[in-house]
Amino acid sequence: MGDPLGMHITHSIASGMGGMRTAGDLVGRMQMSRGMKIKEAKEYVASKLKVSVSDLADPVVMSEVREDLDIGRVNALPRIAKGIDAKFRIADLLDIEINCVNMFKDRINRKLRV
Amino acid sequence: MEKFYTRMGDGSVIELSESELKRDLEEGTRDAAERAKIPPLSEDDLRRLLEIYECPDKSVGVERGKEVILSYDSGTTKFNRANVSVSKLQSLQIYERMLGADTMEMGHMDYSYKPAKSIMWIEQPTLEQALLITIPALFYGAMPNLGLYTQPDGPCPNPMGLIPQGKISEARAAQEEMAEHAVKDMVYVGSVMYESGADGINFDTTAAAGDAEFLAALRAVEILRKKYPQMCIEVGMAGEFILGMHGELTYEGVRLAGLYPHKQVELMEKAGATIFGPAINTNTDKSCPWNVARAATFTKACVENSHLPIHANVGMGVGGIPVTETPPVDSVSRASKAMVEITRLDGL
Repeated sequence: MGDPLGMHITHSIASGMGGMRTAGDLVGRMQMSRGMKIKEAKEYVASKLKVSVSDLADPVVMSEVREDLDIGRVNALPRIAKGIDAKFRIADLLDIEINCVNMFKDRINRKLRV
Repeated sequence: MEKFYTRMGDGSVIELSESELKRDLEEGTRDAAERAKIPPLSEDDLRRLLEIYECPDKSVGVERGKEVILSYDSGTTKFNRANVSVSKLQSLQIYERMLGADTMEMGHMDYSYKPAKSIMWIEQPTLEQALLITIPALFYGAMPNLGLYTQPDGPCPNPMGLIPQGKISEARAAQEEMAEHAVKDMVYVGSVMYESGADGINFDTTAAAGDAEFLAALRAVEILRKKYPQMCIEVGMAGEFILGMHGELTYEGVRLAGLYPHKQVELMEKAGATIFGPAINTNTDKSCPWNVARAATFTKACVENSHLPIHANVGMGVGGIPVTETPPVDSVSRASKAMVEITRLDGL
């Protein structure tokens, strides 16, 4: 039903990785794109980000890492990657295919018909 | 004698002594083990659960480093159900920026593939815009919901009307026809959303109408996997046990009626799913410790028997969560921690 505090917020605090406050979105992408179990997905992302596995769910560490890598952060400051441009960089960083990024590339590479 | 605050499966508060807590935990795991013919929780697991339920804190959480990935069924409909006037795009931004969502899902308010099919032309551009402005992976989701394919709303005779008349073969034929329609709708919606850029498709509340619905989902997964090898396909279930509403349907030689989660996941893996979500129903006549011990037993066997990431359903009325529209933080956080730590889940 519709009780985000009782359900979404509680789960997020009790057991969630934290989404893009941390590296939760990146670990989630490895489960989705490669079918990795949680341990393998965390180790893969940690190696690509050059951080420890325990840092992945730390919002202070990951905010700095995300800013350095320019892969999007919760506080969207001027001139940092947002939305699709962050996903271009995430696809490169994690060495994965992101469906909408590939489609975006196809669209901008189409020749203009005049 | 010290009493510990907990709740019944309907959310009402109760107080249990330590011996009553232990009894409920042992009976819950035994119930699951006997039904599914799987091992009960170990002594260590039961001791850990006891600690979780004896903890006096209002809210609890997993140990640092044991966090998992959260996925959301019916994602963009939740705020509207609470009468918060936000669009789908705004809902997704709230998930991304305010709720710490690891993955996100967009869906139609009438959350089934059949009604969603007819509004795909509206959903596609909304999804395309969402993909431009958000960062976490985005699913499109809906329920197979075989019930929508029966007369008068759908094309097939209603098996629930035929069975009481003794028309068993007609009821079976109707369910087989309903499954064929559902497969077409699931494949259509999954295809257009993937071709609009979605990262994955979610089949939520699968097998609510029994074995014919589970078969429809298996076939849809199989077709989509062949069409789109890179697509993420998540399948979440409706309950722990596949009802034999048809009774004779099989997949890869396995009879579908009566399958429990550790066997359901084997077939979904064969069909080509990427992530599987077992759902264990909450018994409102039993305590939350009983329900969580039972849910953890089924789910642990599923995790141990799966090569796929497992995202257990731990929402209202499943996974040890009470059946109430305002789930209490004490019960939800305990179920969340217990399910992750006891069963070694990959996500919720």
